[in-house]
Amino acid sequence: MIELIYLTILLPLLGFVINGFFGKKIGNEKVIGLIGSSTVGISFVISLLALIETINLPVEQRTNVVELFTWMSVGSLNISFSYLVDQLSLVMALIVTGVGFLIHVYSIGYMHGDKGFYRFFAYMNLFIFAMMNLVLGDNFVVLFLGWEGVGLCSYLLIGYYYDQKFEKGTVAQAAKKAFIVNRIGDFGFLLGMFLIFETFNSLNFLEVFSQAKHLTGAESTFGFIALFLFIGATGKSAQIPLFVWLPDAMAGPTPVSALIHAATMVTAGVYMVARASIIFASAPVILAVVAVIGLLTAVFAATIGLVQTDIKKVLAYSTVSQLGYMFLAAGVGAFSAAIFHVMTHAFFKALLFLGAGSVIHSMHHQQDIMHYGGLKKYMPVTFLTFIIAAFAISGFPGLSGFFSKDEILWFSYANGNFVYWLLGALTAVLTAFYMFRLVSLTFFGEERFSHDKYHPHESPKVMTIPLIILAVLSVIGGWIGIPEVFSGEHGNVFHNWLAPIFLDAELKLAYYGAHSHTEELILMAISVSAALFSMYGAFKIYTQRREIAEKFALKFKKAYMVLLNKYYVDEFYEATVIQPIQKSSEKFLWKIADNKLIDGIVNGTAVVITSFSSVIKKMQTGVAQVYALIMMTGIAAILFWIILSL
Amino acid sequence: MTANTEIFQLLPHLVIGVGIVLSVVIEISTKKSESILPWFTILIFVFAGAHSIINVYDYQILFGGMYAIGGVTAIFNFIFTIGAAIMVLNAVDYIKKSKMNFGEFYILVQSSVLGMMLMAGARDLFMIFIGLELMSICFYVLAGINRSRMGNTEAALKYFLLGAFATGFIVFGIALIYGTAKSTSIDQIVFAYEYFITDVLFLTGLALFVIGFLFKIAAFPFHMWVPDVYQGAATPVTGLMSTTGKAAAFSVLIIILSAVFTQNITNNFEILFAVIATLSMLYGSIVAIAQDNLKRMLAYSSIAHAGYMTIGLAAGNIESVSGIIFYLTAYAFMNLGAFGVIALIEGSNEENLDINSYSGLNSKSPILAGFMALFMFALAGIPPMAGFFGKYYVFVASIKADLTWLAIVGVFSSAISVYFYLRVVVYMYFKDSTSSIIIKNSFTGLLAVIISGLLVLVFGILPDTLFSIITSVLSY
Amino acid sequence: MLTEFGKIFIFLLLAIGFVGIALFAAKLIRPHRPTKEKLLIYECGENVEGSPWVKFNIRFYVVALIFLIFDVEVVLLFPWALTYQEFGFYGFLVGVIFLLILGLGMAYEWRKGDLNWDRTKPNIPELSKILTNKNVSNVKIDEQIKES
Repeated sequence: MIELIYLTILLPLLGFVINGFFGKKIGNEKVIGLIGSSTVGISFVISLLALIETINLPVEQRTNVVELFTWMSVGSLNISFSYLVDQLSLVMALIVTGVGFLIHVYSIGYMHGDKGFYRFFAYMNLFIFAMMNLVLGDNFVVLFLGWEGVGLCSYLLIGYYYDQKFEKGTVAQAAKKAFIVNRIGDFGFLLGMFLIFETFNSLNFLEVFSQAKHLTGAESTFGFIALFLFIGATGKSAQIPLFVWLPDAMAGPTPVSALIHAATMVTAGVYMVARASIIFASAPVILAVVAVIGLLTAVFAATIGLVQTDIKKVLAYSTVSQLGYMFLAAGVGAFSAAIFHVMTHAFFKALLFLGAGSVIHSMHHQQDIMHYGGLKKYMPVTFLTFIIAAFAISGFPGLSGFFSKDEILWFSYANGNFVYWLLGALTAVLTAFYMFRLVSLTFFGEERFSHDKYHPHESPKVMTIPLIILAVLSVIGGWIGIPEVFSGEHGNVFHNWLAPIFLDAELKLAYYGAHSHTEELILMAISVSAALFSMYGAFKIYTQRREIAEKFALKFKKAYMVLLNKYYVDEFYEATVIQPIQKSSEKFLWKIADNKLIDGIVNGTAVVITSFSSVIKKMQTGVAQVYALIMMTGIAAILFWIILSL
Repeated sequence: MTANTEIFQLLPHLVIGVGIVLSVVIEISTKKSESILPWFTILIFVFAGAHSIINVYDYQILFGGMYAIGGVTAIFNFIFTIGAAIMVLNAVDYIKKSKMNFGEFYILVQSSVLGMMLMAGARDLFMIFIGLELMSICFYVLAGINRSRMGNTEAALKYFLLGAFATGFIVFGIALIYGTAKSTSIDQIVFAYEYFITDVLFLTGLALFVIGFLFKIAAFPFHMWVPDVYQGAATPVTGLMSTTGKAAAFSVLIIILSAVFTQNITNNFEILFAVIATLSMLYGSIVAIAQDNLKRMLAYSSIAHAGYMTIGLAAGNIESVSGIIFYLTAYAFMNLGAFGVIALIEGSNEENLDINSYSGLNSKSPILAGFMALFMFALAGIPPMAGFFGKYYVFVASIKADLTWLAIVGVFSSAISVYFYLRVVVYMYFKDSTSSIIIKNSFTGLLAVIISGLLVLVFGILPDTLFSIITSVLSY
Repeated sequence: MLTEFGKIFIFLLLAIGFVGIALFAAKLIRPHRPTKEKLLIYECGENVEGSPWVKFNIRFYVVALIFLIFDVEVVLLFPWALTYQEFGFYGFLVGVIFLLILGLGMAYEWRKGDLNWDRTKPNIPELSKILTNKNVSNVKIDEQIKES
């Protein structure tokens, strides 16, 4: 099945072509939904079979390249559409297709009756196509193609309800914001790619990384490459300073938020850093930057999440915060922990978003949690699965989030320092708090909505079944990565699986700090108990004593307002970047540089060329003798030149 | 080598040769020849094209060094036959529309393709000349095939007069080459090229020979016939002349100068070709801007494209040859497609050729407008269409040959040319329809356009499929 | 030493010289008394009418062309007839195929009616008809007419 891996990419493309070009003619939602989800489902099955085949191979043969075709090869630049099937890409492919398939199925119910039903599925399939290129490509060009492709799909899907209002502006503006912020990151990524080609004379992963392994003494080059690549990652994965687009991306339909802005696309940055681990490992300074940025983003976004009232906004900041975690892990050299968290996060965050979607669906697109309350009796399945996900993300022992988060915290201490751990644990506490604030306000307490307007009800089976599956995965998904301290001699299965990929990077980083299991257990106990306490506190406050929260907010009004307004980052960017650019572009670039200078040059050239053209056009008299004369002149000139040049 | 294998390798030529005779018989014997001949012609072309491309790696010299088979020749044969097949497919309804239902049309197309194949395979100056004459005479007649139109007759006469003029120089060139090299075998000429080239008579002869073919590819000072002939001739015929005819002439130029390309000999004609390329590109691009007639505009664009390809001749290295061949293939299909669309939109009496007829085409026929836009983008050299890679390969080759300034001129000229190509797109999509043209449905015509469009896209998205074949056969 | 071409060149000079000297000598010797009748163009005893530059019907050219092709054919057939026995059946076959193709061409002309002398009048384009067409070039012609 490994050699058939390209089918996992082509099938979603096929789905896109069918739904995109003929969807309007098909019209039938069932057929469109079936095409859309079955293509992704089959891709998942193929990826799974490829995984099984890879598992059965000996370790040193687990890296396979499937070449589809050579796109172009000029000189040393050889770009081919070939796919790298190894431990890392298979994990990512399974997450993308697996979670993607469930979300596609869910969307059949969620998008029911929407006039752009076929358009939605076409975009979703296109997204899977691009994302699979991103995770499976065996060179930076294919990765970049997927990278841009997912950006495009993200733009299209955020702007799906393009004619509607969103917050202060319109949905279309939110989509544009996402696209433009991403472009800033992409620019960095592109620079990184150029630098890689300049340095290694190749863009192929295996060639670049094997060269990078042996190359020494080029630390500044590595530093720049890693920095540029990381700038790309901050754009795509919503890290400081380019995280501002992700909360606005919630303007898209909820399944989109679940698939693209929680489970898959935003993790592309983490994947890319993990894929290029050897380059980052060769630039320890940048790696530290990655860790610090990740940590800051994690804390920063978690604090904003504490006070948001829009259910999707809370989840969006939670996503930013969790992505920060992943970068923290990558930054301390625990790449497999980062990927592990990518996987578990995909399960529970997709579940949270889909659950939120289910709530929004039944509450007629009301998204303010202050207008929910006591929903658990109306929608038991959604409630049950949602609370499982909340437990998982808060790191409740035994659930998937516990293992991945704990691993990250442990490595941030073992490979990093105590401050990393402390801030990481603080984020975990904050996460537990805002998640249970959300759960309490939504499902518990008194009903804060009018029954005349809203009739909450459980969602149809097509939506709840994916929820149940994801809930199961959120529970057991972490069991493949049980840390050594619990599993004993087997060690961490997931870690061992990915170990060959990150071997070179880890050798280069050489963290051999001796830390005992006791230390690990103590730190774990502290962070878990703090998180549990925070969960309990949030539950108590927001179900029984909401006045405490209100008093608290009044007492620290300033801090509360800062958080509510997201630290005024948007306003800050507006004042420092957007306004000056807009002003200068309007006053100078548009009116003077563009209108006068460039238009003048362009129009002037056009006028000159056009008039020139009309003049020499007259050379074409239509008289054959004249033509012959001109030819003869040409021949005479050439022969004259030949004789002269001898 | 036995006679049987020789016959098998010459099968494309034999099939077309026998096809010509059979076509004559069909034309004599049945009244229904109108509906048989086009399909018969397409059939033999497709067979010949497929045979050529399948046997592309089977390079052999036949008839005591007179003729070559396989390799680059096979790629050229593929361009000729498939290009002609597309053109015939497009012409079926055009011929009915403009009421010029002569069976000769198909017979002449077949003969001209046979002539081109002889040119591409020839390894002897006389063989080249025979192929050239076969092709040219068929083209002269094809240009005037619709005798009831004044434009056709004018085009044919001008083409014939100037073509004969140019042929005279070719013969003179051959005579001088023979006089100094004492042989007409290209292998011998190429073998001792370095020795002969110091001889002024040989150099003059070669220059005259090359000039004759520069006339055929419509390079700058020898381009004068192009606008009138391209505009006057029937649209599908123009499509054939501008694509396969150009490719055939280039095949000869590549062969005669192959010493320069493969043996690292100084390119005596470097400056000559560079100047001609510059002038052709700029002249074609600039004058095309002032044209309102689409056929005439494409005629000037054809001059400009000849200039881009001549850059490859100036560069004179092996990369440039593969670049030229790729460019020719790409150009053949995008230009055939563009002329195909024009033929579909053209009225029964040469109406609707003006750019105004294309205003608002998108609302009338979105398929045609879409394909026309595709071909315009391709001709302008915008990725991912095939035209982009054609230019890219040639420019890269010229940079390798230290002719960076030429590549810059090329890019500059491309930038100018975008103006008039996109003008068509602007008219089609952003202007309201002012004319009330009726587009006759033509399934075959549309099919031809679709096939060329797909080929343009395939060669644009997967350029390496073709490019790797070209580079590998060039190593012979 | 003279080459073969040199001998031909001398031949040429001699030929030109012979004619030139003969004509020049005649001019010197002959009397010169022109009359009106003497200066008229001699045309079978008839008086000349109109210009000799008349357009011949295209059909003459068609026949002339066919004649030319078959005339050239004879040139090719002569060497073949002399030597085909040496090449055996293969040589014979080549000649026969050549003749067959020519014969086919003849049949084609015949069938297409190019050998018929009386043909319907060809449709000659008339200026007035063309001018009614809304064609670009004709619009230009109109403009030119207006300008003049």
